[in-house]
Amino acid sequence: MGQDFSWIRAEPWGIHVGPADCWIDPARPVENALVTHGHADHARGGHARTLATPETLAIMKLRYATEDGAQSVQYGETIRLAGGVDATWLPAGHVLGSAQILLEHAGERIVVTGDYKRRPDPTCAPFAVTPCDVLVTEATFGLPVFRHPPVEHEIAKLLQALADNPDRCVLVGAYALGKAQRLIAELRAAGHRDTIYLHGAMEKMCRLYEEHGVDLGDLALVSEVKKLELVGKIVVSPPSALNDRWSRRLPDPITAMASGWMRVRQRARQRMVELPLVISDHADWDELTQTITDVDPQETWITHGREDAMLRWCQLHQRKARALALVGYEDEDD
Amino acid sequence: MEDFAALLDALVYTRSRNAKLKLLADYLARTPDPDRGWALAALTDGLDFPAVKSSTIRNLLTERIDPVLWTLSRDYVGDSAETASLLWPEPEAPPSPPSVAEAVDALSHMTRANVMVDLPHLLDRLDAEGRYALLKMATGAMRIGISSRLAKTAFAQAFGVSVEDVEEHWHGQEPPYAALFAWAAEGAEPPSSEGLPLFRPFMLAHSLEETVVDMADYVAEWKWDGIRVQVVRATGSDGVGETRVYSRSGDDISATFPEIAESLAIDAVLDGELLVRGSHQGGEEGGAASFNALQQRLGRKTVSKKLRAEAPAFVRLYDALIIEGEDLREQPWSERRGRLEAFVERLDPDRFDISKVIEAESLEDLATIRERARDDAIEGVMLKRRDSPYIAGRRVGYWYKWKRDPLLIDCVLMYAQRGSGKRSSFYSDYTFGCWDGDPDAGAELLPVGKAYFGFTDEELKFLDRHVRTHTVNRFGPVRETDKSLVFEVAFDSVHASKRHKSGVAMRFPRISRIRTDKPAHEADRLDTLKGLIRD
Repeated sequence: MGQDFSWIRAEPWGIHVGPADCWIDPARPVENALVTHGHADHARGGHARTLATPETLAIMKLRYATEDGAQSVQYGETIRLAGGVDATWLPAGHVLGSAQILLEHAGERIVVTGDYKRRPDPTCAPFAVTPCDVLVTEATFGLPVFRHPPVEHEIAKLLQALADNPDRCVLVGAYALGKAQRLIAELRAAGHRDTIYLHGAMEKMCRLYEEHGVDLGDLALVSEVKKLELVGKIVVSPPSALNDRWSRRLPDPITAMASGWMRVRQRARQRMVELPLVISDHADWDELTQTITDVDPQETWITHGREDAMLRWCQLHQRKARALALVGYEDEDD
Repeated sequence: MEDFAALLDALVYTRSRNAKLKLLADYLARTPDPDRGWALAALTDGLDFPAVKSSTIRNLLTERIDPVLWTLSRDYVGDSAETASLLWPEPEAPPSPPSVAEAVDALSHMTRANVMVDLPHLLDRLDAEGRYALLKMATGAMRIGISSRLAKTAFAQAFGVSVEDVEEHWHGQEPPYAALFAWAAEGAEPPSSEGLPLFRPFMLAHSLEETVVDMADYVAEWKWDGIRVQVVRATGSDGVGETRVYSRSGDDISATFPEIAESLAIDAVLDGELLVRGSHQGGEEGGAASFNALQQRLGRKTVSKKLRAEAPAFVRLYDALIIEGEDLREQPWSERRGRLEAFVERLDPDRFDISKVIEAESLEDLATIRERARDDAIEGVMLKRRDSPYIAGRRVGYWYKWKRDPLLIDCVLMYAQRGSGKRSSFYSDYTFGCWDGDPDAGAELLPVGKAYFGFTDEELKFLDRHVRTHTVNRFGPVRETDKSLVFEVAFDSVHASKRHKSGVAMRFPRISRIRTDKPAHEADRLDTLKGLIRD
């Protein structure tokens, strides 16, 4: 059997599925796009036809204000594409609606993970281990120094800082799609019932999560309350607003940030973070390597992140692997 | 250890000096002896554990993890201790952290023979934060922005004593500073320094910048280009005297310059510039070689007879703090100067002379004289208020340094390397070059120097982006760029050097401006740079 997987190719701006003339998470407008999840670096607008989960399509509609060409696919549903390629969307555990895409053609199975994590997340469906011949995996945190601590530990740290500083507020920088809602849901799970205040840019995405059945408790906008009402409260903003003029309206905020990068002290310092919270929606080193072991593919292709270390690990474990040079994926905000 | 680790992390993430002071002062006030003393020593690099080196950490980890993965991790994190703390396998048993004193005791008993066995035992008792604190303490490279000045200020704040008293009593005390804490926290007698050749904190100068001073109130001296030293001689209760030479930071460098330590036989504390004999600075009359000549004597633990003969050192005295037991620091400069002039007559003229006062009627006069300084290869001038007492640290209004303007040259960025510490993810160390002839006639760029400061945070971001998007080659952590970016490099002087391929070595090069407006072929040539050599 001549298994060369030549029907799927990595180009700098996306993964091309030849027989179907489809692109996975393309970085520029194409005819046919298969989208793994709603983060802007994966889900760009302007494609003629977009296949994604209903949640991802809802997120894209919120972002790009158009549903043109959208075709929704449920988890586990298989779509027959042109050229005899079957595509199945499977949960990736990254954010609401995030999926891995299983592609089957000529007896070969290829799984493109998109971004994923293995840990439980109250805001999205858990990652499904899917046997395949080629695993195309992300590697955002593909260095052995990245071992995310249990999320409960980091949430406890946040609540402790809040309790220790009754005259201040804690401002948490968190990515507006996914991280923010997960953080809020985890705070609720830890018994924090107080109103959580949002930067304006967070509101619509939180409402979207609620519409999809994720309970985020009592939320309010910072802009709707007086400064003093925020004393002793948790405020969530996009990372870019942390040290922006916007944060001056807050009462002596403790600057926190929820991101896997916070594991490295200097990364936290560069962002002027006082309270680093190591909470990530990506797989850490142990999850990445465990996933390769669990899926046990013939070949592992590594898309974006610290591919050098992942390649080395594969080499040490006698696994065939190569790095794909894709452009346009951002890692800065996790 | 958990409390110390938490303090360390809080200090890492705290930017404001006042908040750092408070964190440290609170820790010192609430922590019992001897832990707080050991912690203080660790934070101010006062601990040394010869068996634990950065290479020990590397060896320990590469026994447990693939060396390539170690290197990739270390390169990303930018700090060996932190990398190791993150990579260390989480122990099965829950952490049972040692106290700081217990950790110090264990570390100080480690030898090269047993460190590879004993250090893992300690690491296994700690969580990631604790491991970081332990390894930072063990290797003595905290780099968390706690200067000894800040530590002393926090100490003073914790116990409501004056910083000057802390500085005075600190030196000569050994960790864990039991006598120092007893004095400050419990009101015991201060530790005695009598009869010991102790370091006294230096008085430092501000840059003159825009300040205008009246020469009626100030005197001018040359700013010699050597290293600032304090020479201290004290006679102990046994009648035996000892002389030590201290650097600016209070390091004892007596062994590096034995001829100085051997030449002061009268009890005194003197402030001056350590130089090597020559005729480079200020000509025959100046009598001092270039900094280059001094450099070959620095950093040596011992010095050969040959080197002593080839590059004899001497001290050009600026000031006297104490003469024969009499503390002159409260006296005005003019009084101290008079005492120093009389005192220097009693010293070996081969080893000690006095820094002459420059005659200048006005600041304009002095400016003219200062302009000539480059030809005389002198760094600049010092201005000292005639009535200034000798006060530790940098006080506004008393002393100023007025360096001559820097030299400038346009160079091309050739290579970049990621920085350490807070710059660990930025390409912030730059190697730059000049053209070895006419670039349009096929001349090549030759590296002439390296710079890693002088730029703003914004410029650093620009440079980092430039390096990442203009890389043509990678050599480990080093990236070679396409050599398209010009910067103006400022530097104090340039010297002939056999050790560099370009044949030149620059002193204090820093990025002065980024010249995106200038094409690379218009950057300066090596001959231009060589023309500025005054060796």
